[in-house]
Amino acid sequence: MSMIKLESTSGPISSRAVLTRGLWHENPVLVQTLGLCSALAVTNAVANSLAMGLATTFVLVASSIIVSTMRKIIPYEIRITTYILIIATFLAIADLVLEALVPDVHKAMGPYIALIITNCIVLGRQEAFASRQPVGLSIMDALGNGIGFTIALLLMGIPREVLGNGTFLDMRVMPATFEPWIVMVLPPGGFFMIGVLLLFVNWHDLRRTARERAHQSAASAGATGRPPRERGGEAAA
Amino acid sequence: MRDHFFIVVSAAIVTNFVLVYFLGLCPVIGVTNKSATGVRLGLATTFVMVLASLAAWVLNSFVLGAVPFLRVIAFVVAIASIVQIVELFVKKATPALYRELGIFLPLIASNSQVLGLTIFQTNRGYTLLEGLLFAVGGGLGITAVLALVGGIRERMEFAPVPAVARGPALVFMIVAMLSLVFMGFAGMA
Repeated sequence: MSMIKLESTSGPISSRAVLTRGLWHENPVLVQTLGLCSALAVTNAVANSLAMGLATTFVLVASSIIVSTMRKIIPYEIRITTYILIIATFLAIADLVLEALVPDVHKAMGPYIALIITNCIVLGRQEAFASRQPVGLSIMDALGNGIGFTIALLLMGIPREVLGNGTFLDMRVMPATFEPWIVMVLPPGGFFMIGVLLLFVNWHDLRRTARERAHQSAASAGATGRPPRERGGEAAA
Repeated sequence: MRDHFFIVVSAAIVTNFVLVYFLGLCPVIGVTNKSATGVRLGLATTFVMVLASLAAWVLNSFVLGAVPFLRVIAFVVAIASIVQIVELFVKKATPALYRELGIFLPLIASNSQVLGLTIFQTNRGYTLLEGLLFAVGGGLGITAVLALVGGIRERMEFAPVPAVARGPALVFMIVAMLSLVFMGFAGMA
């Protein structure tokens, strides 16, 4: 989508910063609203969320390594097709490995494993980062984004399974008298959950902006504060 | 005949691609803020889906029998080529429509709806006719949802939305309501 930020090549970037920013401040799901199809479809159980997160992380890291290594050879005009073929290769590996290791989870995730390929996060990181940065940094960036994606999936998967089924990783955690909220494991529950998470992110963001502004106006009384950042408008553009 | 009818209805309403299968959420969240845009994008997607369904059937029946693990790669390449051809065709045949759809057409290539359609169709072992009906039904369902969300967002422009709910958060809540509504059809097929 349009708000994938292109990495400027000027100036060194610390690998630590590259790794950590994907976790929260630039979290691919919660802040950039990317990769939602797979994020919503599989998060009705914690096991599926974890499997999807790890599979996506694997595909992301492996394709970033290849793309970053070959970034000087890949012709600009057919770069997207090349990235897609590289991603599809690792996707086939991830698919076969999941089928062999956890057949139940693989079955529950159904076609959504194959749909990792249309996950904007994976292609987005190749285009925005791996295609213009050295291998080491690209691995860090891919790891950060992959783990950030996994965290977001778990933030959705855990409440959905606990509330919707009364279980956590198939172990009963709610008292026997608890009436499961079936809607949470059904499709509407997924939309509600991401809506609630985004509300929380918005709230957190507004509070931070307000605090920064208060800080600024306290520091320089009379000076005009920075206008509040409009996350909504930016993401919907 | 009855089965064919059910394939169309269930693809369009009961298992709606957007609201039940979570496919193609980027256009719903990012692109559709007008009803008319939604309808146009939905119909373009439907058109690509029908062609992709045909291509996937041909690939499955004649090419991919021996190498099922190449399925996703083959489908992705086929869909990208179809979108490219459609884009060239529309550009040449009706420049006006091309200008209108310009930005949406390439987006369809990376749309999970089309890939999802080909994979579902393969997994369920649909025949050629069933696959095409599935594509038409699914596409119409997508068009309906895009039009509904677009219409609601048009009205939302004038609503006093609290700052904390602005942007995708509110759209997701609305889509959740729509999804809840569509769950009412769950027993139908």
